[in-house]
Amino acid sequence: MNRAQKRRIGEYLIEKWFLFLATISIIVLALIVAFLFKEGIPIFKSVSVGDFLFGQLWYPTDEPADFGILPLIVGSLIVTAVSSMIAVPLGVLSAIYISEIARPSVKEILKPVVELLAALPSVVIGFFGMVVMAPFLQKVFDIPTGLNIVNASIMLAMMAVPTISSLTEDALHAVRRELREASLALGATQWETISRVVVPASLSGACTAVILGMSRAIGETMVVLMVAGGAAAIPESIFDSVRPMPASIAAEMGEAPFRSDHYYALFATGIVLFFMTLGFNLIADYISHKYKQVGTATL
Amino acid sequence: MSNKMKMATKNMTFHYGAFKALDDITLEFRENQVTALIGPSGCGKSTFLRSLNRMNDIIPAARVEGQVLLDGEDVYGPNVDVVEIRKRVGMVFQKPNPFPKTIFNDVAYGLRIKGIKNRGELQARVEASLKAAAIWDEVKDRLNESALSLSGGQQQRLCIARALAIEPEVVLMDEPASALDPIATQKIEELIRELKKSYTIIIVTHNMQQAARISNITAFFYMGRLIEVDKTETIFTKPSLKQTEDYITGRFG
Repeated sequence: MNRAQKRRIGEYLIEKWFLFLATISIIVLALIVAFLFKEGIPIFKSVSVGDFLFGQLWYPTDEPADFGILPLIVGSLIVTAVSSMIAVPLGVLSAIYISEIARPSVKEILKPVVELLAALPSVVIGFFGMVVMAPFLQKVFDIPTGLNIVNASIMLAMMAVPTISSLTEDALHAVRRELREASLALGATQWETISRVVVPASLSGACTAVILGMSRAIGETMVVLMVAGGAAAIPESIFDSVRPMPASIAAEMGEAPFRSDHYYALFATGIVLFFMTLGFNLIADYISHKYKQVGTATL
Repeated sequence: MSNKMKMATKNMTFHYGAFKALDDITLEFRENQVTALIGPSGCGKSTFLRSLNRMNDIIPAARVEGQVLLDGEDVYGPNVDVVEIRKRVGMVFQKPNPFPKTIFNDVAYGLRIKGIKNRGELQARVEASLKAAAIWDEVKDRLNESALSLSGGQQQRLCIARALAIEPEVVLMDEPASALDPIATQKIEELIRELKKSYTIIIVTHNMQQAARISNITAFFYMGRLIEVDKTETIFTKPSLKQTEDYITGRFG
């Protein structure tokens, strides 16, 4: 065997090895999804899809049991929405500051600190919410419990800010220097340059960042389990307790008898959650592709 | 050289941190003339150009000594608003850098920054600028398309239109044709000859023939120093220094 042949075989093996590794992760993902469906679908023998998704009562251990997950869906959506209201401005504005305004020395400190926030284990954030934020909210707003939507949303925002901030910063950073120079050379101030050129040019990246941050918030389990209060009821105010889907699954799975209706219902909840995060990711993907193709001409 | 002096530098020295990029440059630019700055890469000609409208301000360690005068007033003076300077001294860059906006909004950008909101006035001035940059006929039916959909040469003329829209007094051009093909280059050169009727133009170029074709005055830079400046035909036919002659005839650089 000559050298050229050896090299070709080497190339071939390396290529196949990488293909194999890439395939493994796809197979594992497919198996998880298949398992999720296999364990979740049987609930629909006892409850219709409509009653499951839109039923307002979640009493999985009563006789007869109620498996309506609308309160859980609403709980998830509301903490995600409120946390986005906090995390999006914080994340995007801090990214603008870090990327565009901060001096290099300040940037060198700020950037790792924001990213360090992402390294905090969620249980630590949840603990902080329980022992610091909850009593604080209870006292300030004079409410029966500090474990509620506001608390969960603030804690989730703390988790989403680093994602949003560092991805937005990447998007801002990717804006060509030539565009900033063009704007400055036309007599624009730094702020005009940021708001009219840099931010619009990075909008698709920033949107992706926001959506990925939100999908992180909707799937987060430990924090909402610890600080959302756990009431499986549709909230009437933002100081009510809620039971987001991940919290419900985590709290009840240990209690649910194997392959009981309750067990199936929890997996079915997992399917709903899966579709929601999948939806968020598809939207993020769509936005980043759409605007990559045509530039941001319409902005 | 009878025209009125528009811009000048007096004993201008420029540092990037500890590195002296320009050393004691004294140079004058007269109205309605094209001045070409030539010299080998790294000779400081682009740095010089960018310090005329204070674009180097955005580089943290940059430092300017001496004077840069615009109508006799120091551009680096303590009470000078840099934004105003850049409105009076426009710039066209080496690589075409249109904003990722529509053609119309691209040209209207500087006008809106100036505070012009009236739709009719914006339209009139965008059209006038595009005509002045000799690109109107090519884009008049597609003003709402992305500026990025234009060819490189068209993009560069759009950038010139954008610079002209805010009615600068001086136009700085940093190798405006170096990224373009010969036909697009020719169009830009014709345009420059046309523009000097209304503007003071200072152009950096690597292309000696280009300098010879379009400029009235040529300044030769080498290693951060101004070696020689004279009428273009004098520089290209009988330069007074051996160094200039060597560069022009391609013996080095």
